[in-house]
Amino acid sequence: MTTAKAIATASLDLVPATNVRRYPTPEAVARRANASRLPATVMLETKNLSRTVDGRVLVDDVSVQMQPCEIVAVVGPSGAGKSSFLRLINRLDEPTSGTVLLNGKDYRAIPPREVRRRVGMVMQTAYLFPGTVATNIAFGPRQRGEMITEDTIAALLERVGLPGYQDHDVITLSGGEAQRVSVARTLANAPEALLLDEPTSALDEAAARGIEELVLDIIEERRMTCLLVTHNKAQAARIAVRTMVIAAGRLRAIGPSKEVLGDC
Amino acid sequence: MIADLLNNLSGQVAIGLGQAAGAIALCFAVVALCRRFAVHVEREAVISIGRGLVQMVAVGFVLALLLHGDLLIGALILLVMTIAAAVTASRRLKGIAAPVLLSFWAIFAGSAVVIAAMLATGTLKGDIAILVPVGSMIIANAMNACAQAAERFKADVTAYVGQIEAALALGAEPDATVAPYVQSAVYASLLPRLDMLKSLGLVWIPGVMAGMMVSGASPVYAGIYQFIIVAMILAASGITGMVAILLMRRRAFSSAAQLVLRREERAKR
Repeated sequence: MTTAKAIATASLDLVPATNVRRYPTPEAVARRANASRLPATVMLETKNLSRTVDGRVLVDDVSVQMQPCEIVAVVGPSGAGKSSFLRLINRLDEPTSGTVLLNGKDYRAIPPREVRRRVGMVMQTAYLFPGTVATNIAFGPRQRGEMITEDTIAALLERVGLPGYQDHDVITLSGGEAQRVSVARTLANAPEALLLDEPTSALDEAAARGIEELVLDIIEERRMTCLLVTHNKAQAARIAVRTMVIAAGRLRAIGPSKEVLGDC
Repeated sequence: MIADLLNNLSGQVAIGLGQAAGAIALCFAVVALCRRFAVHVEREAVISIGRGLVQMVAVGFVLALLLHGDLLIGALILLVMTIAAAVTASRRLKGIAAPVLLSFWAIFAGSAVVIAAMLATGTLKGDIAILVPVGSMIIANAMNACAQAAERFKADVTAYVGQIEAALALGAEPDATVAPYVQSAVYASLLPRLDMLKSLGLVWIPGVMAGMMVSGASPVYAGIYQFIIVAMILAASGITGMVAILLMRRRAFSSAAQLVLRREERAKR
């Protein structure tokens, strides 16, 4: 643990401790989830997940279990394998060995497109498709031949703090707005788990805080599991119940964020 | 037989070699001019000019020997040309599985369909002296179309990996994620041939028409026939471009719908 903490401390950006928390703590979210009396279940599990490319180990034997309403931060130095780990869970890349279980079922037994619907991923760059905000939000359901109503789109945009943005062309959006649309687009697929790959790294502090608040609220509201890759140690402490440290593709530590990250 | 052939051809060959020497001298003058502007193409120019001359003389000999061969021999010659074209086009397909095979099927599909149609309608005669030169024009253009389409598709896909993976991550079908790049690749492969057709007669009078007129054919018929050849080149290029991109699209994704066509494994992990 000491080594892992040293690695994490040495490599992660620090956010000034003077920032005021404006939203529920991750512990409060978890407490409220437990109060709903639903049995504790493992929603998402990685079992000995590994990926090697051309002899280079990107992810090495990572096993972790996640429950509903839980946000787990993934921290570690650049090139540690954090994003690779997330890509394996969304099955954008194929594991060399090991697998992922979704509600106990091996994801290799589920069609890849269904896996990706159930495990939504928000990337570091929003990568919005040309057109309006509404067409972007309708993209996922449309892939399954489903129509999403205007009311649903409006509600999703309201939820991510962009009311009335349906007809806005995506090229007119700011970085923070684009990332919010990206979150709404992923939520339109009604995923059970949310993978966030440094969603705030390109945003200013205020926009980043807005996304953090949004994520905390949505995870609680929808009883989702969330994995958040971040370079920002303070961000991990702010919104994640647990934090896992990855270095050189291996899981070096996992535990309550305060314990893993210390004071930040 | 070869001696008789050489005797018959010697006069023409001597004139031809003299004319070729003049053409080569002009090329070297241009290379020297390029050198003054620090553009060094000397080595490539010597190799290209040498290869071009040797290859064309060799083809001339082969055609002279096979001038009275049947359709089967003509088809075999075109098949060998298709294989050579596939090997050449496959050099633009690095990162794609079995590139020679992919190029071969694409070029073969475009050329075979068009040549077969021309033979069936009597536009092209089975005479080897006509079949092979016209067939080679179609194969050469199909080869260029294959390379242009493949190169454009690969460039677009590798440039838009983020967009494609964002769509995949939302549950999109792999084919749907690259649909815009399929369209632009096929269009890119057709554009030079469309321009060729547009400029026909205005900017250039191709060799087939010139040859027919020299042989005494009516200029109007020669013009119409040349149009048919260029239109068939366009058709062959279109078929080749589409087949090449459909085969590439299939190879761009794994069986688990993962994008495998990229420049390299992402640096940021």
